[in-house]
Amino acid sequence: MTTTTLAALVPLLPFLGAVAGLLLGRTAPGFVRPLAVLPTLTSLVLAAVVAGRQGGGAAVDSATELTPTGSVPIELALHIDGFAALVAVLVGLVATCVQIYSTGYLRDDPRYPSYAALVSLFTSAMFLVVYSGDLIVLLVGWEVMGICSYFLVGHYWETPEARAASLKAFLVTKLGDVPFLIGLFALATDAGSFRITRILGTVASGGLDHPTLIALLLLAGVAGKSAQFPLHTWLPDAMAGPTPVSALIHAATMVAAGVYFIARLLPVFEASQAAMVVLAVMAAVTMTGSALAALAQDDIKRVLAYSTIGQLGYMTGALAVGDRGAAVFHLLSHGAFKALLFLAAGVIIHAAGTNSLAAMSRMRNLRDRIPDAYWTMTVALLALAAIPPFSGFFSKEAVLGVAEHVVTGHTEHTPAAAGWIVLVAGLLTAVLTAAYAMRLWLLAFRGRGTEAPDHGRQPLTMTVVLWVLAVPSLALGGFAFRLLPDWFDGRDLGPTLTTSVLGTGLALVGGIVTYAAWRHTTALAARVPLGAVAAHPEGDAAQVEAEAIATHKPAYGDIAYAPDPADPGRLLLGPLHRHAAAGFHLDAVYTVLFVRPVQAGASLVRFLDREVVETYVRGAGALPRWLGAAVRRAQTGNVQTYVSALLAGTVVLAVAAVLVATGA
Amino acid sequence: MHLAYPAVLSALLFCTGLYGVLARRNAILVLMSVELMLNAVNLNLVAFDVWLSRAAEETLHSGQALTLFTIAIAAAEIGIGLAIVLAVHRNRGTADIDKLRDTAERHDSDGPDHDALAAERSDEDQKAEATA
Amino acid sequence: MILAASSATYLATGHTTGAAAQTHGFLSPTGVEIAFLLVGLVTFGAALVTVTTKQLVHAALWLVVTLGGLAVEYLLLTAEFIAWVQVLIYVGSVVVLLLFGLMLTRAPIGRSPDADSGNRWAALAVAVAAAAALVWVVVDAFRTTWIDLDGPAAGSTEATGASLFQNWVLPFEALSVLLLAALVGAIVLSRKAKAESSSPPVNAPATTKSSRTITESSGNAGRSEQEGAR
Repeated sequence: MTTTTLAALVPLLPFLGAVAGLLLGRTAPGFVRPLAVLPTLTSLVLAAVVAGRQGGGAAVDSATELTPTGSVPIELALHIDGFAALVAVLVGLVATCVQIYSTGYLRDDPRYPSYAALVSLFTSAMFLVVYSGDLIVLLVGWEVMGICSYFLVGHYWETPEARAASLKAFLVTKLGDVPFLIGLFALATDAGSFRITRILGTVASGGLDHPTLIALLLLAGVAGKSAQFPLHTWLPDAMAGPTPVSALIHAATMVAAGVYFIARLLPVFEASQAAMVVLAVMAAVTMTGSALAALAQDDIKRVLAYSTIGQLGYMTGALAVGDRGAAVFHLLSHGAFKALLFLAAGVIIHAAGTNSLAAMSRMRNLRDRIPDAYWTMTVALLALAAIPPFSGFFSKEAVLGVAEHVVTGHTEHTPAAAGWIVLVAGLLTAVLTAAYAMRLWLLAFRGRGTEAPDHGRQPLTMTVVLWVLAVPSLALGGFAFRLLPDWFDGRDLGPTLTTSVLGTGLALVGGIVTYAAWRHTTALAARVPLGAVAAHPEGDAAQVEAEAIATHKPAYGDIAYAPDPADPGRLLLGPLHRHAAAGFHLDAVYTVLFVRPVQAGASLVRFLDREVVETYVRGAGALPRWLGAAVRRAQTGNVQTYVSALLAGTVVLAVAAVLVATGA
Repeated sequence: MHLAYPAVLSALLFCTGLYGVLARRNAILVLMSVELMLNAVNLNLVAFDVWLSRAAEETLHSGQALTLFTIAIAAAEIGIGLAIVLAVHRNRGTADIDKLRDTAERHDSDGPDHDALAAERSDEDQKAEATA
Repeated sequence: MILAASSATYLATGHTTGAAAQTHGFLSPTGVEIAFLLVGLVTFGAALVTVTTKQLVHAALWLVVTLGGLAVEYLLLTAEFIAWVQVLIYVGSVVVLLLFGLMLTRAPIGRSPDADSGNRWAALAVAVAAAAALVWVVVDAFRTTWIDLDGPAAGSTEATGASLFQNWVLPFEALSVLLLAALVGAIVLSRKAKAESSSPPVNAPATTKSSRTITESSGNAGRSEQEGAR
């Protein structure tokens, strides 16, 4: 088979698996698990074969036009360069792991068939985004991901948190998608095509008329999808979905789509200096803000969600300084270790019966109950904190190295200001990242107090996957930074001495300070008992998690916050803790800016409809009713009255006829 | 003889019968008024037949023949009509036309007098049961 | 009164047209016309009393006067056979039937204050309007038309019988069937009281059927009969 055929099969197989899973879900439950896992696994193999054949050489381009569609043609096009090939492998790997993990995690869930089908459909859409060479086809995958995300986040729709979170995720990403669509049209109008290759050709020849406008419009969509400031608020709330969904959608793939999109069309953004600066500022605010917020969260998955936002900030930062190689490198390594973090967090939540770090810090021996999760999570947290030689170190140093490169004057398209912004924010975030990774590890695994509840052995499907993902988290970076430049733009991705020393040193400082703070506060934990634990030894992990999410707010008063004086984050952040826990009150700002006006408008419309329009309608109904009542009075039942009226009419008609006949 | 005399007399008799049909309460009086109207028509028929039997060549005396038919039909009608009136009187205890209001609007869809009417009717029912 | 007024105006107009029509002068009315006019006045007056009197039996008797007056008018119009038929059938049988009906429905003897319904004034308006329209049209149409009453009688028994049994045989026979049907119908309608009280007769299926429907309808009407009795 040709590479093109193989590449076309990659998105097609999970799609067919999703359709078959939806159709057979009720009639043949035995087929659901194979239908969920096998197509995704095959797609992973095929994606790996495609990547091997492409081999970092010339991009594979193929296009066919199904039907003429007006002025700007829409084509089914493939554009597979090194970025696409490798990102597809990552998507396939994470999706396969998640599907396998889900068979154990949602073992007894009655809605598992539709869940697995939606995950398959989502995977297919992400493959489509990755491989597509046509922007409209890419947009199809982009929107399918949005709707799948809506359904999957709302999987526990019995809980109000999940319902609100799915709606919020959908609306906020759509808020970005509208300008994104307009930007796509503007771009295609300027370039005369939706094909990525032609657009890049137009940009190279300087044929783009409105680069800043287009870049900013596209940035809005990217910010929505990749959860960048100010459209990031949906991602922490989306943790109300099942943990595998968080791992797949909100860590490794969907949020990566925005970064990947910019990486594909980087020359378009580079055509506008203003857009690059905006991108840099966005990345910097996102990075530092989300790292601060992560330090204050109580829900373990929300910590990871804010961490995801921060790492995505690194990627956009790399893009802002004009190096997509570093961005996609970090995307790959982050995809691996963040998926691992989420899946391990799922195991922890199941074992502990709670998603609250405050409750976990009051449990003894949690790490002995789940040794697999303990060791793999340690690896992933070290990767997250960018400690050498884990993969996160190399990718993050690549980003910082590029920023330093720009700062020192080697700018091509990028303003030096962007380099400074990204470098400073990146170093600051390195401290905070190490701090919250340390806090997470200490609170989850170094708790002391009562014995952790026994939820039995974790299913094999859930623990094996952790080790599979631990391998790239551990080793990917060290091997990849030499190989990847062949696949990417050819720029060196190796760590430079200055940033390596600086970054690692800062990370160590952050970790040690957090450890010291924890030693200081942990004595308080015994004095303040806290925590609510869901115990379902027979139930599957999803049931435990749904209950944990539903009880967090009643138990602690807030979905993101617990009044725990033993939290080292509280000591480190000081007065900032309260604001950071609430995400710096961005939701409140949105409520004032958007939700209230919309609700006021809705109530105005309702008033107009009920009171004004309805009045006319009622009036229109009342007049005939009155007329009818008046006419009804004539129906007395007295035959003589009827005959009188009849004859009176006859006389009138006869006289009229006579008058007409005689011409009077 | 001037043709207008019988014609005008016929018209006036017809309208008298018309008034009777519309104004009389007793069904038998209404039947009498119907007879008046039929006779007015008969007079017209006879008068025009006499006129045309002189003026036209061949009329077959249709006016007089039709008059005979009308008289016969009127006799049949009065027989049937009286039988009906008797049946109604037997069933309802009255031969008054304006009390036979079964086709009247019932006011049961809406309107303020619905409840009052229903109460009144139920009162009547109770009284009827009491008398029975 | 209306007749008097209209004939008065008619006489007034007759002055001008009378000169043109030499043979038929209004100023010199024939004896037949005078007789017709007088009998017509009596007939019309009796009809008015019939529809206005408050004594029901008197109304029937005044109807006799009206119908008899009409018979005289037929005679004056030389339709003698019709006149005798009128006397025989109407005065002889129809009025008797009506009187029987009045008695069977227990009509009150003497003045009954509610002989006229509430529809009286509407009826009066309609009747007066219809009369005005009819008289106006008829007078306007037949102002200059005269009936020639000389020569052989137009409605002698011989002429009527000849036309009836030469030209109108088929309608005549059909009419006899109609009369039979009316006869049967009247009997069936009158019999239902017995059918209601006693057990239904077993001889004629048609009668049984009709009596059953009547029983049902009378069953429905039973309540209102009670109300009426009350």
